[in-house]
Amino acid sequence: MADKVLMKGNEALAEAAIQAGCHHFFGYPITPQTELAAYMAKRMPKIGGTYLQAESEIAAINMVLGASAAGVRAMTSSSSPGISLKGEGISYMAGSDLPALIINVQRGGPGLGGIQPSQADYWQATKALGHGDFQVLVFAPSTVQEMVDLVQGAFDMADKYRMPAMILADGMLGQMMEPVVLPEKSEKEPIAKPWASCGHKGEREHNIVNSLYLTPNALENLVKERYERYETIKKNEQMAEEYLTEDAELILVAYGASSRVAKGAVNKAREKGLKVGLIRPITLWPFPTDAIKRAASHAKALLTVEMSMGQMVDDVKLACEQKLPVHFYGRTGGIIPTPKEILAEIERLMA
Amino acid sequence: MQDLNIVFAGFGGQGILFSGKVAAYAGLIDNKEISWLPSYGPEMRGGTANCSVCISDTPIGSPLVTNPNVLIAMNLPSLEKFIDEVEEGGIVIIDSYLIDKKVERDDVRVFYVPATKLAEENGLKGLANIILLGKLYKECPFCEEETIEKALLKCIPPKKAAMLDFNKKAIAIGRTQ
Repeated sequence: MADKVLMKGNEALAEAAIQAGCHHFFGYPITPQTELAAYMAKRMPKIGGTYLQAESEIAAINMVLGASAAGVRAMTSSSSPGISLKGEGISYMAGSDLPALIINVQRGGPGLGGIQPSQADYWQATKALGHGDFQVLVFAPSTVQEMVDLVQGAFDMADKYRMPAMILADGMLGQMMEPVVLPEKSEKEPIAKPWASCGHKGEREHNIVNSLYLTPNALENLVKERYERYETIKKNEQMAEEYLTEDAELILVAYGASSRVAKGAVNKAREKGLKVGLIRPITLWPFPTDAIKRAASHAKALLTVEMSMGQMVDDVKLACEQKLPVHFYGRTGGIIPTPKEILAEIERLMA
Repeated sequence: MQDLNIVFAGFGGQGILFSGKVAAYAGLIDNKEISWLPSYGPEMRGGTANCSVCISDTPIGSPLVTNPNVLIAMNLPSLEKFIDEVEEGGIVIIDSYLIDKKVERDDVRVFYVPATKLAEENGLKGLANIILLGKLYKECPFCEEETIEKALLKCIPPKKAAMLDFNKKAIAIGRTQ
């Protein structure tokens, strides 16, 4: 096994992407994501890859679109305001059935907001990253190791289902250092992309990558076909960690940075004899509905903890079909809740 | 070992993030669970820079330390920002050459080390941070004896390899304080 090294989340993500065979990165600097692009700038020339700092976020995402259309593994990264700018390009990619990996190291919003960690882009990532009927795969790591471990799978799933994938991180995960074992270079053959618009020496009909369909029937059929793929994904690709849920009366639901704090609070509550557990969604889309449903069948209440005013809480309510009360606790604007605050909320709800 | 939740705090440029990284690497080498989280953004420019380091036998929850049991302070604003948050019985190490103020709390263990002056006198300019880390090691051995040097080796970039001996000397001075 490779050695454990100490690495920032942002840098570890970049290295993991390179090991997963991504040799094309297009970006634009923004705090708290910049180390990712800086790492790519340093590494890509050494491995014969492309690092390009675009003139804007909009340019960067369209370069990703172009690279992906040509059949290569491509990636971009940004933070909240920058992701909003990329929304148009991501919609075009979804409409063109193009895979890519997009990283959002979230910061406080709306507008320019702040630069401290936040989870206020949940709705954006899972519901409306751009205009039109579409979804992207959304992964929510909670440790630097998990950030690394999810990258290869995110690229592979994006290729398999021909859609963009996003890793929804935040300033805390991007900036912190933790021990991490970097993956070996992937030996896996990337899947064939017969649809790619690349050189073919005149040996086949040329491919067209496009999102414009002026005939309503053709567009409807295409969107419906895409939604069938989404159904398959919802059935097969949900990921969640269940922690001490079996006998739990109150189950917390939290992802990413806030799930770490929530887990700390769960441990403290257990020391006090309170039956508390945690469900940690690892995929946010598809949302791990099955894990929530299982919890709803035996727990007395759920408590969603987020670094926002409450966004994922809607999906939790839908998943448990209102069979039990769903509470919410959150901090926003760049504030990370403390384990003490969450424990106090647990005690209040269980009193 | 007791969980260590350390805050290193001072001005940007004093090596606050570096000494935190050395402590974190020491934990990693000894197979502990560790995390290192810096403050980032405009507050670092001229204001306070700080980082949270957790060293534990169990997985780290929040890497943000709000109630440290160790505080290393290298300027007055940092001391004032964190002193009330230190856990009862915690350790507070102060660069007394830069901070001309005594701690009023009597429920924490306070150590005054004129680290910046000691660094200058010993030809170790810029290594007050490491002297303070040496003092922390004396009061609270956060890793195995031989691990410190390994951790320093991991943190000093190859281009500055010559700095290793100076850093080792700084640790040694801190441990005599």
